[in-house]
Amino acid sequence: MIATRDSYGEALADFGSVYENLIVLDADLSKSTKTVTFKKKFPDRHINCGIAEGNMMSVAAGLATTGKIVFASSFAMFAAGRAFEQVRNSIGYPHLNVKIGATHAGLSVGEDGATHQCCEDIGLMRTIPGMVILNPADDVEARAAVKAAIMLDGPVYMRFGRLAVPVINDKPGYKFEIGRGIELCSGEDITIIATGLMVPEAVKAQKLLDSDGIKARVINMHTIKPIDREIIIKAAKETGVIVTAEEHNIIGGLGSAVCEVVAEEYPVPVIRIGVEDVFGRSGTATAVLEYYGLTAKNIYSKVKNAVFLKRQNN
Amino acid sequence: MDKTKKKELQILACKVRIGIIEGVFHAKSGHPGGSLSAAEIFTYLYFKEMNVDPQNPHDENRDRFVLSKGHTCPGLYAALSLKGFFPWNEIKKLRHIGAMLQGHPDMKGVPGVDMSTGSLGQGISAACGIALSAKLSGADYRVYTILGDGELEEGQVYEAAMFAKQYKLDNLCAYVDFNGLQIDGKITDVMSPLPIASKFKEFGWNTIEINAHDFDEIDAAYTQAKSVKGSPTVIVAHSIKGKGVSFMEDQASWHGTAPNSEQYKIAIEELNAALAELGENK
Repeated sequence: MIATRDSYGEALADFGSVYENLIVLDADLSKSTKTVTFKKKFPDRHINCGIAEGNMMSVAAGLATTGKIVFASSFAMFAAGRAFEQVRNSIGYPHLNVKIGATHAGLSVGEDGATHQCCEDIGLMRTIPGMVILNPADDVEARAAVKAAIMLDGPVYMRFGRLAVPVINDKPGYKFEIGRGIELCSGEDITIIATGLMVPEAVKAQKLLDSDGIKARVINMHTIKPIDREIIIKAAKETGVIVTAEEHNIIGGLGSAVCEVVAEEYPVPVIRIGVEDVFGRSGTATAVLEYYGLTAKNIYSKVKNAVFLKRQNN
Repeated sequence: MDKTKKKELQILACKVRIGIIEGVFHAKSGHPGGSLSAAEIFTYLYFKEMNVDPQNPHDENRDRFVLSKGHTCPGLYAALSLKGFFPWNEIKKLRHIGAMLQGHPDMKGVPGVDMSTGSLGQGISAACGIALSAKLSGADYRVYTILGDGELEEGQVYEAAMFAKQYKLDNLCAYVDFNGLQIDGKITDVMSPLPIASKFKEFGWNTIEINAHDFDEIDAAYTQAKSVKGSPTVIVAHSIKGKGVSFMEDQASWHGTAPNSEQYKIAIEELNAALAELGENK
């Protein structure tokens, strides 16, 4: 079990040796975002911007105009929320090489409560032209996402979590490619498309469903933008119904992105599991996730219901 | 500054003003007031101060310019065109669909534009990033930025002010075009950012106050700025909004209004007369 924010910090420290032009910015949260791991190794290339996220994003943009690879980090709430307009105008519009490492995304922030539980960031970032959005599920994927972001010339929004999550991608043959979803289990009855920490929950749900005789396909959608249209259309055609699962508002995130593709290409029912357009609240991360239904159990029951309706209609 | 250079700059500033009027008139929109008040500084930066080469606009070692008050780009465009970055004809296509020159500076589309700006308060932060990059790499280029006085109402300016001092960005020189007016009226009536220089001083900046329309004072300020170590410099320049076109001077209403055909004719006549007075034929 390891939080993707830890993987992020370690990956930055690793790639810092390879790329001398890699600069990391933080806004007084380096111990929480884990950019402190990079700072210990490369103190001169770690720039603390203080509690001023708007300035940090525009500074990142300025650095990027001179050929630096810039990682700018804060909590998702402040990186995508507070500094949205700086990200949009200073980074997005000139398509600059800035990577936003947003940690503490979603409800699993836990005890800090609603003001810090950002469930809107994917929606916000998705509307910026040219912005790539990566939402890794575990340690392996988080490190791969950082590497892929470095290799890409342009803005990338990366979403990391505070909560330690299981490692599921430590398998031979695992390949991270921006914009390509990963099919974790095959199945013809229904497709579960999950992202971030909901991926292991989807895998757990699939096992429960399997014992009930339901063959669910599970897709790990680590890239929200550009979304893998092909894998969605294939799932719509072959399984006829899709359930999405994300630690984000069901408005604007993965569920919306999947609906957009399906509606345009091959309309089938889509059931969105996520935060149902409400604010979060305080509690331990697991208690909060349970409270808002971001669990294998909820995926299981929503899928059962969807498959029942599908069979009734056939 | 010797007299020949000063006269050359005065003539160029006049041509920048003609470019502003041409651009805004043909666009039927845009921001003449704050462009005209900054005509001398655009001219000075591109024809005296900055090390830039229109033949090599992406030279890594060039000095950088960020127009934090991006709406006054008609002045920047005129200076860039006069410097040779693109043909004068582009000025007359300003803000037209399909044209190169956007309503606010676009670094991806316009040779010589180092940063896309337009949303106030962000340009000075980007300039800080560029200046920091030079410090990190040991490069010796300098970074210049122009802010509006109304822009000082944006809180991000003070985030940037702290940042520039914290990282000792003495290669950064900001300039505040203090013309006293913003869209809705006098800055002191809308939301006073005064006093300006002492605010920056408290943030640890080197501060200089000058007359924005006097090249000797501008020259002295930039020379002094370069001698300061460990602190960024801000030049607070007292200017007249709309400077150079009689009916636009000191009028908030000309912040973001284009002249009609009759007003355009008068403005160009006035500016041509000013050129003639300097011994330059149009």
